[in-house]
Amino acid sequence: MKTQLRLGKYWLYIPLVLMTIFYLLPLYVMIITGFKSFAEIDLKTMWNLPHGIAFDNYIEAYSKLAPSLWNSFAMVIPAALISSMLGSLNGYVLAKWKFRGADVIFPFILFGMFIPYQSILIPLVQFMNLVGIKGLPGLAMAHIIYGIPITTLTFRNYYASLPQELLEAAKIDGADMLGIYRYILLPISMPSFVVVLIWQFTSAWNDFLFAVVLTGNRNWPITVALNNMAGSQIISWNVQMAGSLLAALPTLLVYIFLGRYFLRGLLAGSLKG
Amino acid sequence: MFRDKDRFLNILLISPSILAVLIFVYAFIGWSVRVSLSKWKGLTADYTWNGIKNYLDLFADPRFQIDIRNTLIFTGVFVVGSILLGFLLAVMLDQGLKGESFFRSLFLFPMAISYIVTGVVWRWLMNPAAGSRTSGLNLLFTNIGLDSLVNQWHTTPTWGIAAIALAAIWQMSGYTMALYLAGLRAIPEDLKEAARIDGANETQIYRYIMLPLLSPVTLSALIILGHMSLKVFDLIVAIAGKQLPLDVPAIYMWQITFDGLFYGRGAAVGVLLLISIAVLIIPYIRYTTKMEAEQ
Amino acid sequence: MNKKLFALLSILVIAAFAITACGGAATEAPAATEAPAATEAPAATEAPAATEAPATGESVEVFSWWTGGGEAAGLEAMMGVFQAANPGIEFVNAAVAGGAGTNARAVLATRLQAGDPPDSWQGHAGQELIGTYVDGGQIEALNDLYEAEGWLAVMPETLIPLISKDGNIYSVPVNIHRANVLWYNPTVLADNGVEVPTTMDEWFAAMDTLQAAGVQPLALGEQWTKMHLLETVLLGSLGADAYNGLWDGTTDWASPEVKAALDNYAKVLTYANSDSSSLSWQDAAQLVINGDAAFNVMGDWAEGYFRELGKAPNTDYGWAATPGSDGVFQFLSDSFVLAVGAPHSDGATAWLKIAGSKEGQEAFNPVKGSICARTDCDKTLFGEYLQSAMDDWSSNIVVGSLTHGVVANDSWKTEIDTALGLFIADSNVEGFQTALVAACASSGPCK
Repeated sequence: MKTQLRLGKYWLYIPLVLMTIFYLLPLYVMIITGFKSFAEIDLKTMWNLPHGIAFDNYIEAYSKLAPSLWNSFAMVIPAALISSMLGSLNGYVLAKWKFRGADVIFPFILFGMFIPYQSILIPLVQFMNLVGIKGLPGLAMAHIIYGIPITTLTFRNYYASLPQELLEAAKIDGADMLGIYRYILLPISMPSFVVVLIWQFTSAWNDFLFAVVLTGNRNWPITVALNNMAGSQIISWNVQMAGSLLAALPTLLVYIFLGRYFLRGLLAGSLKG
Repeated sequence: MFRDKDRFLNILLISPSILAVLIFVYAFIGWSVRVSLSKWKGLTADYTWNGIKNYLDLFADPRFQIDIRNTLIFTGVFVVGSILLGFLLAVMLDQGLKGESFFRSLFLFPMAISYIVTGVVWRWLMNPAAGSRTSGLNLLFTNIGLDSLVNQWHTTPTWGIAAIALAAIWQMSGYTMALYLAGLRAIPEDLKEAARIDGANETQIYRYIMLPLLSPVTLSALIILGHMSLKVFDLIVAIAGKQLPLDVPAIYMWQITFDGLFYGRGAAVGVLLLISIAVLIIPYIRYTTKMEAEQ
Repeated sequence: MNKKLFALLSILVIAAFAITACGGAATEAPAATEAPAATEAPAATEAPAATEAPATGESVEVFSWWTGGGEAAGLEAMMGVFQAANPGIEFVNAAVAGGAGTNARAVLATRLQAGDPPDSWQGHAGQELIGTYVDGGQIEALNDLYEAEGWLAVMPETLIPLISKDGNIYSVPVNIHRANVLWYNPTVLADNGVEVPTTMDEWFAAMDTLQAAGVQPLALGEQWTKMHLLETVLLGSLGADAYNGLWDGTTDWASPEVKAALDNYAKVLTYANSDSSSLSWQDAAQLVINGDAAFNVMGDWAEGYFRELGKAPNTDYGWAATPGSDGVFQFLSDSFVLAVGAPHSDGATAWLKIAGSKEGQEAFNPVKGSICARTDCDKTLFGEYLQSAMDDWSSNIVVGSLTHGVVANDSWKTEIDTALGLFIADSNVEGFQTALVAACASSGPCK
């Protein structure tokens, strides 16, 4: 491990700790509220520790959320993986193969990211009904398609920053287009995959709008169940916070797992001179 | 032969995406435009031609003008703040400190939490009550002696939306950090070593080598954060409810369409939102693709 | 490592395709086959989605926003009554939460546009339902049902016209909430020598006293609670007849009487807490309970909240009609409709029968914290406040709430809301009145 900064890197912990406080403050409130009883929830006492650590809220939240958990997984995992793969392929084609129209197709696809989702809810539902794809597969499909622009963007920019010599060298060695993709680009794409998977997993997992219009009470994902747990009139924030933290755990696990792939130096040694 | 086969493959690989986008984006936008030019009000679809009246009404609407102001402030604070903070965090974490994976997961975690709860916690944190009812961050500041930081947060006139941008930065800067971290890690060591051998110090390496190489990442971040901030809806409603001083186009669109049943007008807001995003982003893309071509 | 990674990715992608493809058209997602506890519906059957089943009346899909706390418990109690009476019909509870049903209404709108209605749905009785769904031809008239069940005899007379159009009744009200309630903290009032006000002037005087003593007179929350306050002030200032006239075109919004009412409203707002826009209705009500404020104007679901906090009526909190509205019951009601083209109209009708029945309403209301729409429910099932509300319901003049969808249709209410938002920002009463006049002309009966 090389040291980046000669002047000793321990002073870095100061800003890092400050930042940690910034990130932890809201989390602290969420966690302690999750342990409070309903009567303890009051703006005046929001910083106070709960009177006791009872897991009732978590148990209640879990029992209400657990049925939808599998729905979320079944929908999010294919959606994240497929849209990432598509983005990678699209990015490869658009960045490295300057065919006529590549510079038009990229903004054409990218534009898809900009739609306000509320304004297309009605045609979306109508179209899904028309082609008969409903429920979780329909939801996965919506996430894949609306994820294509951003995954394409990320991969295209990443591949564009790679030197052309990489491909030239492979071509000289006789590799064709797919071969270059498979043996050269894909192995070094991990950082981009990590970033894209983090985004797609999170946005599909946390999405509420599409989930609520495309699924019904038998197959809705965890975000709808979470929203419903809040109730409409008198809201029990203690249970709600417990539930939100539970619902966020799978995503956190994904972050931790994928974080291992923020590796350094994947390109090291692949360039000569 | 090599050429043609590749050409064919290119088109094959990219056509499913083009087809999908054609339907799910452009066809739906077409529907939205059609509705925005109609008189549709109420639950029954009504496509009677109304010209651009919906758009003209919008521009004369004081509520819409507030929306535009809020969007500009929110976007400015949110995008700049997230990019700066994300970049700083990435640089700090790139140094190979112990506990990197803990910090990385911590900074990413806010993005995983549902907007309802994020909203309500920030609402509590930013409560502007004074005197004996002081709570939230103001209470914290008073207790640790930072009284000068006490402020009205999102109830500040005109600029209140910047406080909500703070909550949004909290939520999203972890992702910007991830983007920059991936970008930093993709820069080959050889380049940095070569520069060091030439006598450059770390700051110069960052400034002249890494920052330029990170500009595609910055472009990605700008586009992603920019379009998010122009469409922001859930977080604001969760923190502030639906209220006029903190109104943004997306909330206006929702309320007008689903609460008020003014479908024509709601569609017009949506189309305007789309155009404004496109107007801001597309020139930037063309500029960058031109820069890339020149390299 | 590279080869393995690629292989793993390929397998995952293929598996992903397979899972999605196996989902197929119009069937349940893999969830149905892999997780036994995947449904929310109480019925234990794994029947295919209610909307796909043939219209044999074997199930009924009811769409509401009652998902949490007392509301959900009340709905489940009513569902229990339904299942006992109709063991062969499966009840599909398609509830989606969101304050005042904002999410549920959006989902409902997309389904109606797509021609896929639920069998029955919840809506606020009155113009919210009529202005939206009757004009769109989406709900059925229920006069026959009312006659068959004898409901006309047990529902208050003043209620029926408010939920009808052209003589046709369109919904079955399940519960009644009261909007014009003034909640107060008895200790705070006693400590400052203030009596419970019955007129606007008494109220202003009381709040002046409190303010001079350094007590927050009025607790207020975010924008919709300000509209709630507005309707009670309009009622208190104009009286029941003129108030009703606002909504049927007989009262002129541009008149000096309305201006005086709006002036009253502007004055009331000056007594409210400065952080109101960052408080939910719950937070504002809690101020009164904590003794941090004296008064709060909110519907009587606040009472359910107070009891959940463990507070006792008349000791920890007191109530009265909002100033100027004694003897008038400003109501809102959750009710159910019958969809035109409902996939299971038999099941839906069976549901409506339960919703309007004594048994059903007695099961629902005590749990939910509201009173029956019927006047013959058993009083002993209800708590102290609700009993007094039941007395008022049978004896008072009934007018409708604005904020909760009785007197104004959705478009009109949204325009009033925008005007209100602008007024809160600039305190310009004349401008507010002009905007209200325009709103009535645009979406209401005014010319």
